[in-house]
This record gives sequence, structure tokens and C-alpha cells, in this order.
Amino acid sequence: MPANRFNGFTEYGVGIGLRIPHYQHIFEKKPVVDWFEIISENYMVDGGRPLQVLDQILDQYRVVQHGVSMYFGSAQPLSREHLKRLKTLVRRTNTPWLSDHLCWGSVDGRYTHDLLPIPYTWEAVKVTAKRIRQVQDYLEIPIVVENVSSYAEYHESEMAEWEFLNEVVEAADCGILLDVNNIYVSSQNHSFDPLTYVNSVPSWRVAQIHIAGHSKYRKYILDTHDHPVIDPVWSLYARAIERCGPTATLLEWDDNIPSFDEVHAEALKANRYLKRATVPNLPPGALNKVREHPLETR
Amino acid sequence: MTLLELQRRMAEAVMLPLTRTDTMQQKARNGRSMMAEAAAFIKPNDRLTSFERLEIYNRQYWFRIISAFAEDFPGLGAVVGQAAFEKLTRAYLTDCPSQSFTLRNLGSRLETWLLEHPQYAGKRLELALDVVRLEWAYIESFDNATERALTIADLGQLDGESQLSLQPHLRLLHLLDAVDDFVIDVHRRQASQGVASNAVTSAKHLRSRRLPASLKRGDIYLGVHRYENAVYYKRLEREEYLLLRALDAGSTLGEALDQAFTSSPLPEDQRPARVQAWFANWAELGWFCRHKTAAARRTARKRVN
Repeated sequence: MPANRFNGFTEYGVGIGLRIPHYQHIFEKKPVVDWFEIISENYMVDGGRPLQVLDQILDQYRVVQHGVSMYFGSAQPLSREHLKRLKTLVRRTNTPWLSDHLCWGSVDGRYTHDLLPIPYTWEAVKVTAKRIRQVQDYLEIPIVVENVSSYAEYHESEMAEWEFLNEVVEAADCGILLDVNNIYVSSQNHSFDPLTYVNSVPSWRVAQIHIAGHSKYRKYILDTHDHPVIDPVWSLYARAIERCGPTATLLEWDDNIPSFDEVHAEALKANRYLKRATVPNLPPGALNKVREHPLETR
Repeated sequence: MTLLELQRRMAEAVMLPLTRTDTMQQKARNGRSMMAEAAAFIKPNDRLTSFERLEIYNRQYWFRIISAFAEDFPGLGAVVGQAAFEKLTRAYLTDCPSQSFTLRNLGSRLETWLLEHPQYAGKRLELALDVVRLEWAYIESFDNATERALTIADLGQLDGESQLSLQPHLRLLHLLDAVDDFVIDVHRRQASQGVASNAVTSAKHLRSRRLPASLKRGDIYLGVHRYENAVYYKRLEREEYLLLRALDAGSTLGEALDQAFTSSPLPEDQRPARVQAWFANWAELGWFCRHKTAAARRTARKRVN
């Protein structure tokens, strides 16, 4: 669904990640870009050039925040200090929604700085949903969770990844950032059908989609964000758009970053599918709500 | 196994130091076989054993933090040499894993750790410590806050009982070697990449620049500060440094002036003019802000670590 309560009823098109090597090009050429996604942690600082750059970007572009360290799936309490810093940034950017990953990464005050997979258990559903709700309540904006790429599975898991995702977002009543590249990477690493995943996601909760490239090794695939998007990932994207409607889409390119124009051109390939998109799937009972509030906006 | 138990176990494995060839160790810290440990909570698949799947995360963890650390301390790498820097990096990050949501704070305990583990600096401990102080000051100065600066008119209202606070981005350093030009040069050659989404970090070999054949020894006083969002290293006179240091510690202006000129060779009749010139310069650079208590300043600094 293009505009929904999980993306603040916005209709964003195709964006790209804001990365340091592109700063100069952006400020000099002022390219037309639908929106930029920023990594929140790069700007959760007290001053200096990062915030100056961000303010310059905010003057001219729409920005959405994407985090890498909220660790919704961590078993221990949230860091108040982290939340405070994040809220300060949210006020600065006016991000219509905020995304972070469905993963964990810290325990007992030690941080791995990685997006580690959560065991897909009922206990984890409860813990993760509770943390998402706490963040959502504190930040007062829609929270959207992204499925991660993974390279390992736990004996403890009691359900498939997509079932876990569905249980969490239902319990937390939050949105989804559907990363179709991550689905593809995990499907190859864990031998499942990626279309089953895409077809199982509650489309009405999808606020945003990520696309990216990856690196293939002999026995596994790594999510490296350093290549163009491959055709099987575009196929998953096409299916996601078919189900969700024209959804805000972002290309991630984080290593061996080519020129701004090359990255942007790769991202704009998404328009091939977005322009063909028709009516999205709606949640159960939604048609009645649409009739009652046909032009609901924020 | 509860979620917390599994996460503790996984974190222990992921943070286990790699072997010399960047593979996962065969034994855990407690001596247990890592094959057995991995098999206890990670499923194998048709291509990879439990050990191999866990190893992907183990390697990834180290590649990521080693790369971030090397980006923050290129000058230290040049001082101790590439091989020694690799050893130092792995030992430090084993003893002092990240305790912050941001990799920016990875080196916050490096100076203290190096003082406790001087063997990692080889024969150049003092030099290495100077560079660490300078490189950490650069990080602090780069993105610490800027408070509203006191103007020259504000400073004109001061008396001997006045107290002043320094900008959070200003760091005062007393170095024993003239490493500032060298560190500036090293940092200029290196462009920061920032944190990038959830992409996997590849193994990058640490490349360090060579230290110049000779560096001048002697007391160097520096103010590392930010001006128009660029970080600068400003050389200070000894008395100038002592005055700022005393003010930063909470002394009144009168007390700070006494401390600054104790055993100073500067003739007394020249001191007033010198102090006036310093204050004019500091006001221009915006180094002073409204006084905060020491406790408030400690809290503000603690917030980021």
C-alpha cells in the first residue's frame, strides 16, 4: 500500500542512501532525488559537520531515518540515552517513519555492531514486540522493522522467519521495511523459497522496500551492498510491488560505492515496476474503512 | 535456553578473538570445543557446519571493529608499525569491546589501556600515547557540542571570581613530541566513510603511513578545537595552556591566572598584555561558554561514552 499509517501516510518514490562520497556531488549539482535515507547513528551526535551536512540536506530533500543499533530483539532493556538521542534527531529530521532491524546485537552492555538473527521463538516475539512498542511510544512516530540477511539458524527456533516477522509486527502493531535482497540472501543461505516469504508478508503493513546487491561465495551469500541488484531480486521486488502497491523504495549501496549518478540510475530501475503497480492488497476489513474514510491523510 | 542465555552464548562466540589467519578458534575461552559450542545452538545445513555458520559472524564482527578502529587511529598505526598495530588492535578490542551504540566511541579507553599495556607500543610508548591522545581529541572535537559562545563583550564583564567553561569540542593537550603536523597529514589522506546500513564488512588489511625519520621532542601545548565545522590543532603557549586548563577544572579566573604564571619566565610587566591578547583570540574562536559545574560537564561527557 503506497500511503499507510506505517509510513505516515506519505507517498515517497525512489530514494537512495545518503553516503559521504556523494556529499560533494549532491551539494554542487543538487540532483533531483525523491528522498534520502540516512543512517540515524551517523547523526546522533552533539554537533559538528555531520549535523551541518544533515541540515543542508534537510533544506532541499525529504529524509527518512534508518537505524542500525536499536536491536529490537535484544533480551535486555532499551537504552534510555539512545532513545533520547534518537528522539532529538527525529525532531530535527521530521522523518515520517523510522526503521530499524528485526535483529539483536548487544548483551550485558557489550555491542557487536552486527545485525544478529533472533531465534524465532514465542519468547522472542513477546520481547521484541514489547521493545518495538516502547520505542514507538517514546518516539511518537511510526516504527517500521526490517528483515535482515542471515547466515545461521538456531535450534531454538519454533517457526519460519516470515512467520516470526508476522507475529512480531502484529503484536507490536508496527510496519515493515521489506528488504527483498535480504529475503533473497537468506533464502539461498537457508534453502527456502523467497516467494513464499514475500507472499506471506501482510502487505498492508509494508511501509518501505529495500533493494540492494550482494556477494555470492561458494557455499553462501553475503549481504555486502556493493553490487547492482540482480534479476532474481528484481523479480521479488516486482512481486512485492504487485502485492503492496507502489511503495517507497530505497537502493542501498554501501561499499565500493560508484558515482552518485550510477547509484541513482540503479535505484530508478525500480520505476519499471512501480509504474505498473495497480491496486494493492488490503488488510481484512479495510474496504469498509476505506469507504468510511476515503481520503484519510495525516 | 532462554533468549538471554542464547544471546550471551552467541555474543561470547562472536566476540571470540580470531586466529592469526582470521578463522574462528577451535577452543572457546573456557577451553570448550567451539565445534561443540556452535553445534549446541546453531543448525548446520547441507553446505556448512554449525561451526562454519557461526564463524561467518565471528569474522564479520572482527573485520568491522578492526576496520573502524584503524580508521580512527591511523597515526598510531604509523608510530608502532603495521604488524604491531594489528596486534595492538586485536588485544585492545578483546579487552575493551564496544560499550556504545556507536563505533565512534570504540577508542574511548585506548589511552588508559595502553598505559596498562605498554608492551604494545614497543619502544615508543610516550610517542604512541601522544598520538592516541591527539587522535582521540580529534574524534571528540569533530562532533562534540558547541554551546553559545561568550563574546568579547561578555568577557569584558569578568572579574577575579568569575568562572568560565570551555566549549565541549575544545580539548587541551600537553604532548611530549611534535606529532601534530604528522597526525594532521595522516588524517588528511584518509576520508571517513561513516557507518553504512547493514552491509557486511570485508577484511581490509590495515595500512599505515610511515612515521617521519625525526620528530622534534619537547613540550607541546595544543588546543584541539572546531571552527566552522573543521577540526584544528592550535599550538598554545605554556601559560596559555595552564590558564585554560585551570579554568576548565573549575578555578576562578584569579586562581587560574595564579596557576598559569607560577614559575613562568614571562616578565610580569608583559603578562597583562599577553593575557588580553589570548582572551581576544579565544573570544574570536568562541572557546568560552556559560559556566557549567564540573558535575554537569562530567554528565555531558559521560552521555556519549
